[in-house]
Amino acid sequence: MGDIQHKRWVKGAHFIITLSFLALTVSGYVILMSHPRLYWGKAGNDLTPALFELPISRNYHHGGWENRIQFKHLTGSQISAVRTYDIFNQNGWGRSTHFLAAWFLVVAGLIYFITGFFSGHFRSNLVPRTKELGFKLFWHDLLSHFRKPVYTGGKYGLLQKITYLAVIFFLFPVVILTGFTMSPAITASYPFLLKIFFGHQSARTIHFFSASALLLFLLVHVVMVARSGFKRNILAITFGK
Amino acid sequence: MKEKKLMTRRRAIFAGFTSVGALLLSGCLKKALPTYGNILRMGDNLTYMAQRGILSQRALAMEYQKSDITSFPVTDIGDPADPASKVAYSKAYQELQRNNFKDWVLSVEGSVGKPGKYSMDDLKKLGERTQITRHTCEEGWSAIAEWTGVPLGALLQHAGILPAARFVCIYGYDNYGESIDMLDAFHPQTILAHTMNGETLPARNGAPLRLRVETQIGYKNVKYLQRIVVTDKFVDAGPDISNGWSWYTGI
Repeated sequence: MGDIQHKRWVKGAHFIITLSFLALTVSGYVILMSHPRLYWGKAGNDLTPALFELPISRNYHHGGWENRIQFKHLTGSQISAVRTYDIFNQNGWGRSTHFLAAWFLVVAGLIYFITGFFSGHFRSNLVPRTKELGFKLFWHDLLSHFRKPVYTGGKYGLLQKITYLAVIFFLFPVVILTGFTMSPAITASYPFLLKIFFGHQSARTIHFFSASALLLFLLVHVVMVARSGFKRNILAITFGK
Repeated sequence: MKEKKLMTRRRAIFAGFTSVGALLLSGCLKKALPTYGNILRMGDNLTYMAQRGILSQRALAMEYQKSDITSFPVTDIGDPADPASKVAYSKAYQELQRNNFKDWVLSVEGSVGKPGKYSMDDLKKLGERTQITRHTCEEGWSAIAEWTGVPLGALLQHAGILPAARFVCIYGYDNYGESIDMLDAFHPQTILAHTMNGETLPARNGAPLRLRVETQIGYKNVKYLQRIVVTDKFVDAGPDISNGWSWYTGI
C-alpha cells in the first residue's frame, strides 16, 4: 500500500485553488461585514424583512431613517427613505480582491475540471467502485475516521471520495454560479441564473451557505490531513515526489 | 498506448485553450483602459475586458413586475440642498430646488457636434422608456423600482456625438460623478430618469434627473444631474480608482 502519487497538474490546481479560496474567504467576509443581512427572493434591503442577520460587524447599525416617502401609485406600502447612519464599508478593496481571486479559482478550476475528466482522474480515483457501495462498508469507513491511527492506504476511502465529489461537482459549481448571479452584467446575458437560484438575494444567501460549507470542508480536510500523517500528506500534494 | 492517447488529448485541449485565448485577446486589447496600475486594478480590467468580450452587449437586465417593487433605501454622500452637508452641498442646487427646478437645465458638452443646455421639456421630447429594474448596491442589498426617463443614447445622438467619442462622464450637483463607456451609454436600459414608481423623482432619489445604468452596480447611478461631458480619452469622473473603487462594476 503505497502513498497516492498526485499528478503534477493536480498539485498545481490544488495549490492555486487553495490560495484563491483563502483570499476569497477573507475578502468575502469583508464584503459581508458591510451588509451582514441575508434575504430570500428577488431583492432585499434594510427596509425589507431579512431571513437573518449575522452579528459580525460593529459598525453596521440599524440607525434611523429620514425623508420617508410613501409612493401613491403603488398598491403596497413600499417607501423610500434616507439612511442617517454611516456603515462599515471597505468594499473597494474587498470586492476587487474577491474578483481577482475568483479569476484564479475559475481558471484553475476549469483546467482541473477538463483535465480531470479527459485524463480519467475522476473516473479512476474519485468515483466509488460498485463493490465499495453498501451501507455496511460506508458505516465502517465512517467509524474509521474517528479511530487512531486513521487508515492511510494508497487509495481514497469511500467517505473521502464522496466528499471530494460533492466539493468538486456540487459546492464549487454552486458557489461560482451564485457569485455570477449577483453580477448585473452577467445576469443580463444569462437571466436563467436568476431563475435557477430564485433571485438576486436568494443567490447571495446560497452563496453564503455554500461558501460556509466549503469552509467547513476545509477545516475537516485539514484535520484529517493532520491525523493521517501531516508531513507525508503535505509533501504528497505539494513538492514531494 | 494509453500514455500516447493521453498526450494527444492533452495537446488538443491545450491547442483549444490557446486559440480561444488568442481570439479573446485580440478582440479585447483595444478595450483595455490606460489607468490601471496595481494588481487589484488589473483584476478589475481583466473582468471588464472579459465581460465586454464574452457577454452580449445589448442584452437587457431583468425587468420585473409591478408586484415585485420593494422599498428603496437612499444612500449617498449627502443632500446637495442642505448647507450642513459638507461634501454634497451646492448653493446653485439649493436655489434650483427652491424654485421647484423650473430653471434647471442639463448641460451636454465635450465631443458632441452641438453642445447645449437641455430643459426638462427639451429632454422629454427626445423619447421615453419605462422599466422595472433592480438596483444592486455594492454593499450587498438590492431594491426594485419602476423608472421612467429619457434614453441616454437618444440625448447623445441629438447632441451629435462625434465618432472619436469613447466615454461619457456624468456629473451631479452633489459633487459626485461617474463615467461609463459607449456600450453602457447606448444600452437601451441606460436612461436619465425623471420619474420613480409613477411619481416625479423624489428629492433624495436624485431630483430632478438621475442616471440609471442597469448593467452595473448601484454607485454608477449618479443623482441630481448637472452636466454630461463626452470624452475621447478615459476620464475617471468619480474619481473611483483613486478612491480605491473599481471603475467598471458589471460584477
